[in-house]
Amino acid sequence: MTQRRFALVLLAVSLPLTALLLLPAGYLILRAGAVEPEQAIAYLTRPGTLRVVGRSLLLVITVAGATCAVAIPAAWLTVRSDLRGRRAWTVLLTMPLVIPSYVGALALVSMFGQRGMLQGWLAPLGVERLPSLYGFWGAWLALTLFSYPYVFLSVRAGLRGLDPALEEASATLGRSRLATLWHVTLRQLFPSITAGTLLVALYTLSDFGAVAIMQYNVFTRAIYQRLSLDLGLAALLSVVLIVLTAGLLVAVTLAERRRTYYTRRTPRSPRRVRLGRWQAAAQAFCGLIVLLALVAPVGVLAHWLINGLQHGETLRGVLAPLQRSLRAAGLAAAVSGLAALPFVFLQVRVPGPLTNLLARSAYLGYALPGVVVGLAFVFLGANVLHDLSIRFGRTDYRSLGLLIFAYTVRFLPQALGPARAGLLQVNPHLEESALTLGRSYPRALLSVTLPLMRSGVVAGVALVFLTTMKELPITLLLAPTGYDTLATRIWSASSEAFYARAAAPALILVAISALSLVYILEPDD
Amino acid sequence: MTDPTPHSISHPLPDVAPDSDAVACCDLRKSFGSVRAVASLSFALRRGELLALLGPSGCGKTTALRLIAGLERPDDGVIRLGGRLVSGPSVFVPANRRRVGLVFQDYALFPHMTVEKNIAYGLAGRDDRRQRVAEMLTLVGLEGLGGRYPHALSGGQQQRVALARALAPQPDIVLLDEPFSNLDVALRRQVREEVQRILREAGVSAILVTHDQEEAMSLADRVGLMFDGTLHQLGTPRDLYERPASQRAALFMGAANLVPGQAHGAAARTALGEVRLIEPCQGAVEVVLRPENLALNGAEDGAAAVVVRQTYTGARQDVWVTLRDAPLTLHITCQAGVPWGVGQPVRVHADGVALAFPAAPDSD
Repeated sequence: MTQRRFALVLLAVSLPLTALLLLPAGYLILRAGAVEPEQAIAYLTRPGTLRVVGRSLLLVITVAGATCAVAIPAAWLTVRSDLRGRRAWTVLLTMPLVIPSYVGALALVSMFGQRGMLQGWLAPLGVERLPSLYGFWGAWLALTLFSYPYVFLSVRAGLRGLDPALEEASATLGRSRLATLWHVTLRQLFPSITAGTLLVALYTLSDFGAVAIMQYNVFTRAIYQRLSLDLGLAALLSVVLIVLTAGLLVAVTLAERRRTYYTRRTPRSPRRVRLGRWQAAAQAFCGLIVLLALVAPVGVLAHWLINGLQHGETLRGVLAPLQRSLRAAGLAAAVSGLAALPFVFLQVRVPGPLTNLLARSAYLGYALPGVVVGLAFVFLGANVLHDLSIRFGRTDYRSLGLLIFAYTVRFLPQALGPARAGLLQVNPHLEESALTLGRSYPRALLSVTLPLMRSGVVAGVALVFLTTMKELPITLLLAPTGYDTLATRIWSASSEAFYARAAAPALILVAISALSLVYILEPDD
Repeated sequence: MTDPTPHSISHPLPDVAPDSDAVACCDLRKSFGSVRAVASLSFALRRGELLALLGPSGCGKTTALRLIAGLERPDDGVIRLGGRLVSGPSVFVPANRRRVGLVFQDYALFPHMTVEKNIAYGLAGRDDRRQRVAEMLTLVGLEGLGGRYPHALSGGQQQRVALARALAPQPDIVLLDEPFSNLDVALRRQVREEVQRILREAGVSAILVTHDQEEAMSLADRVGLMFDGTLHQLGTPRDLYERPASQRAALFMGAANLVPGQAHGAAARTALGEVRLIEPCQGAVEVVLRPENLALNGAEDGAAAVVVRQTYTGARQDVWVTLRDAPLTLHITCQAGVPWGVGQPVRVHADGVALAFPAAPDSD
């Protein structure tokens, strides 16, 4: 088989795949379009809707600002200063990334809430009531604490890519250290800061867990609540959210492009600034972040776990949800890994407008918050699949297969990125060598290309697995009745304020997510 | 192609002819979008011959190689390998069935395989695989390194592995794409001789692509000079150097002075006086004078000039002089013995017979 014929086969595979990936969003948009225009306008301009929009924007902007305030100094300290324990601080400051937002929010509520642990400790001192954590402040705190590592990692990468010669040039041209920091260092970091902050904005806009637990009515929660009342209006809100998310995604892509343009790796490591008497303050700053974002949540969960075990809870009940989570995430990861291959091959090896369009549409999941994907499938389920499943003698359209399908729509992009990076590293001359040595194109790929891009594919599959493990809204909406996973177990325990029951699954999720750090942290420092 | 008649009827093509050329290309064309990489390329490679395709970068020589290997489909034209039609209207034999060995510029060794595995890759399904790998390792002088991975080899060793891998399946021809450009200059000459020896011992026909004129001349039996996607001139290295087909070819095949003059039969009148011509000619011409065809002396005969630049390379020296009576600077190579100094007045004269081309109408 020649490369041309093989590409045709891949095209034949990826076209229907793309159609499947586009189906839910397409259907959603179709349904939103079916709402009467007057009704749509009336609904979208209603004060309640505008408040949802306002709250979403407020949350995105304040969380973005707060994460910058936390992450930029922390990144600078760990890369460019003689902060003691830099390596340990880097790992610790990155770790909050592994705490799912709803787990973190739950821990915050149980800690700082009106009947939380802190209040219990303060009660003897005469503190009757703590201010309520629910609403804006709780959502803001939770999202800031568990998403700032995106900015931290991005700025760190930017700092490490800076050419120290530029700062030295500024110094030889007579500029002071402060002027150099402002005119040279920060200016060059700007693309990295932008890229990280936009990722945080994207995270905040599409997060469901934290805002739901903090009962702050932004887009995702409003859509989830509308779901049972009026599907058409929920679809309308979803389309607005998709548009906002897509806008942010375009901004992220542009920022990334600029970042790669500005910074490049240099063999020389930069000069470190001596902190001197500021050392203690720097340690305290990093310590406070780690305390709030990592030690406290994990500590609270451990506390509840021990507390529960002492009061007769057992760990046995967690086994079945763990198994279900593992199965669902494993299947989603395998399906995504396989589905990524044709797109990646076509985009990299047969570049052209069509293959590029196909690959880009496979990235659609990035622009679809979990709630929106869930809603789209509920739509499809209620209107199309429902009749089908009844015809096949089933009463519920929800199934493990549908759940995996939805996960794949949402998380396929995470498999595409690393697989593409892996293939880009394989010199096409290697395949051509294999051809001239008598192998057919598929055999050349199997014996040469696939083994060489394996680590990229594996990284992508692992990433899909880990994110699927902690996914909440899609699982809530689409898991078949009785298919209780770790995430849904935490959710139901939290809505009943039954913290002891949520603790074990939450700790398991945190531990499993911690594995993803292997792929996130750069090995050398 | 507007001719509706099926090709096989209008031109009966015998499948394999005896004594046929190792490679025969006829009117090959290939464009990438609006870029014409190869435009009407025709040539033949004789059996056992080493041919160099020489040309500036972007002249289409690598594309020509990829067309022969079957890695690109020509837009038009015919390719035969040992008389077998492999590419033509309605025929395209893919790369894996062409029995053509290809050595890439970057060697393209499989990084996840040992040297032995790399060499054995093209021997799938053959019983004599082990023996053949051992033979190849001996041929390229890498006995004992079969268990190494490519990254643990020097550039020259990687090169020889790539060659061994291409030769192992006993291909009918071997194609080499800029095989020495990734080696540092000190190593290049040595590896060049080694590759030439290996190709001769293997008795294989080979095409080598290069932009290095010296490399092409020292290695190849014949050199094909390519400009703008077509073969400009094909001949022995000596032909190309001494009898270039054009001014452009003359300039590409080594340093040359183009001196304007008026030809009148067997000689031309130039600023250097009368220069005898190889072929009689009439009218305005440009006379090709290689730096070694010019001689300098202190006072006696020749055109008066002054030295403007001088470089010394040990065995010889290069001198640039500007003529006193004409706006012309000439490059001259001479013995290192007498040092010529900048500003020194000299006299220049041309030795032997020279080639002349009609002056280009808009030449400046």
